[in-house]
Amino acid sequence: MIRLEKRPQPSRFWVVGAPVLAVLLTMIAGGIMFAALGKNPVEAIRIIFWDPLFSERFAGFSRPQLLVKAGPLILIAIGLSLGFRAGIWNIGAEGQYIVGALFGAAFGLAFWPSEHPLIFPGMIAAGLLGGFLWAMIPALLRVYARTNEILVSLLLVYVAEALLASAATGWLRNPEGSGFPGSRNLARNPGTDNPELIAGTGMHWGVLAAFVAVIAAYVIFSRHILGYQIRLAGEAPRAARFAGVNAGRLVILCLGASGALAGAAGLFEVAGPAGRISIDFNVGYGFTAIIVAFLGRLNPIGILLAGLLMALTFIGGELAQLMLGIPAAAIQAFQGMLLFFLLALDVLANYRFRWKREVAA
Amino acid sequence: MKMLPRLLASAALVAGLALPAAAQDDPFQVGFIYVGSPGDYGWTYEHDQGRLAVEEHFGDAVETVFLENVPEGADAERAITQMILGGADMIFTTSFGFGEATNAVAAQFPDVYFEHATGYMREHPNVSTYNARFYEGRAVLGHIAGHMTESNIIGYIGSYPIPEVIQGINSAFLHAREVNPDVEIRVVWTYTWFDPAVEADAAQALIDAGVDVLMQHTDSTAPQTVAQEAGIISFGQASDMIQFAPRPRVASIIDNWAPYYIRRVGEAMEGTWEQSDIWEGIDTGMVVIGEMTDAIPEDVRASAQAMIDAIAAGEYHPFTGPINRQDGSVWLADGEVADDGTLAGLNFYVEGITGEIPN
Repeated sequence: MIRLEKRPQPSRFWVVGAPVLAVLLTMIAGGIMFAALGKNPVEAIRIIFWDPLFSERFAGFSRPQLLVKAGPLILIAIGLSLGFRAGIWNIGAEGQYIVGALFGAAFGLAFWPSEHPLIFPGMIAAGLLGGFLWAMIPALLRVYARTNEILVSLLLVYVAEALLASAATGWLRNPEGSGFPGSRNLARNPGTDNPELIAGTGMHWGVLAAFVAVIAAYVIFSRHILGYQIRLAGEAPRAARFAGVNAGRLVILCLGASGALAGAAGLFEVAGPAGRISIDFNVGYGFTAIIVAFLGRLNPIGILLAGLLMALTFIGGELAQLMLGIPAAAIQAFQGMLLFFLLALDVLANYRFRWKREVAA
Repeated sequence: MKMLPRLLASAALVAGLALPAAAQDDPFQVGFIYVGSPGDYGWTYEHDQGRLAVEEHFGDAVETVFLENVPEGADAERAITQMILGGADMIFTTSFGFGEATNAVAAQFPDVYFEHATGYMREHPNVSTYNARFYEGRAVLGHIAGHMTESNIIGYIGSYPIPEVIQGINSAFLHAREVNPDVEIRVVWTYTWFDPAVEADAAQALIDAGVDVLMQHTDSTAPQTVAQEAGIISFGQASDMIQFAPRPRVASIIDNWAPYYIRRVGEAMEGTWEQSDIWEGIDTGMVVIGEMTDAIPEDVRASAQAMIDAIAAGEYHPFTGPINRQDGSVWLADGEVADDGTLAGLNFYVEGITGEIPN
């Protein structure tokens, strides 16, 4: 009989090896699915993983897009990982992302069409603040009313979506848009835009912020007392209390930080790639970031890589739809396989298989 | 360790060699960007029917590609660009929310033709917009609804409070009222174009409020199912939804894009394509009223058909005065016809509709 035995230390080999094996298994399982759909599996896999990065025809455009797509995912996931490690579950990053974008856009539009150099920094501050305040609702309710932050933060996503719709059709609507929903285009105004910093790289302020957040989180977790408190609270809440960790303060800190980062991601998106507040501005970054956070094992470097991998499957998957006519649903199934194998093989890093003969008790 | 670079290099070579051949292939490639899936049996389904009609009409001379479930915003810009890098010569973006992205990409590819549905932005000479006068069809459905309702309450599932939807509500109400002075209209906003669960909830809420005729300006068939269970009548939206005939679906408003798509693709191939802003209705067949079933009394079918014919002949405009705004002020004087500019930005209800347009 096979038994799983917990390793005293996670296996160094499998920490690196498991993701590689997972990608290989996904290629095999996905390849079988594509073949069953009557598509050339080798070509499909090549288009998804290879063409966005290296094909002569697409890479020049796709490679920068990888950063554009991964930037908000990484920025939000880093924030979420702080709370997740401490057992504080912010499921509503999507809502904080929306409110951050609304605050930031509203700030920029309030001074329209000024091109003052302080407008954009002000928008960033407003974005951070918007996300922070939206996250404070579940945080304060949890600390002072003992409500469940999972539910409150999640339900506030739908409130934020209603706010977004009312902004797009009402109070932030472009006065020159002849009644159509959607705000003015922030990305086309020098005062409010979040431009590509180095031409042809896709790098905008939000991507830069994501990289900074990765480094900051790495430092916090490995060097700072806060990182220690977060881990302690997550792994041994009682011990944390005895060690003098203020649980309420930690909730406010973790939810506030993740909310602020999600809000900033929303601002960078609305002032850059998206350009404007529209009814369908949010496309699920806040939810996908939860997957990215866990895919990256709540580790900053892992999150960086997981964000890039997710972005690659989005962009490569789109190419596969286009070039081979693979249905969008099959691409989603393929992404699902990848997540499944990555998370399932995690067991190899923390456990080992043992053959054991049954012993009578 | 030396193997890896060589392996990468040879694979890159293979990839590089394989692709240019495809790029210079002869067929004119037309790409479609869908906001939903052709399986919605509504909005996107009809655009996909248009795509298939283009394929059938031009045969081997044209090749089509499409991307489904493309989010509006930054992702659309990427999707369109990748489509063009993949070889598309002409792009149809089939949702209002793709306007910004369409124009942004059009600036970078002046040789590619762009057609954006239901939008208004034409910032570059290679971008056209096209839309259908859905309100003409809504007038006919409102006429039927006014006759058919017994509770005198008509339900309307609105997607977003945008001019196109408000036109439809006003048009349906005016023509229901015309034949039934006691009729009222209840509107529920879903803030989505396609979400079967939300649409079903909206339908149920309206039925609970006493509605016995249901109209929808959202894309799924979920409201039809709810109407069927409740035993009330409804109208197909965007596509015929004939699978729900003869009841609850007693008629439908169909978006028929195929003739326009064939015409524009043909013009692009011949080099006679020019920028345009198309807004066509029942007269050219862009808006079609689907079969009226036996559930509708014969005389109502006849009067509805008369209205269709009058609109098609240009003798009747659904927004002909006297029409007052909701607040009682005069919008259109007796005999006055609404101009396209006002309609395109319509943001108020007509007199008699209760409730407010959300802001």
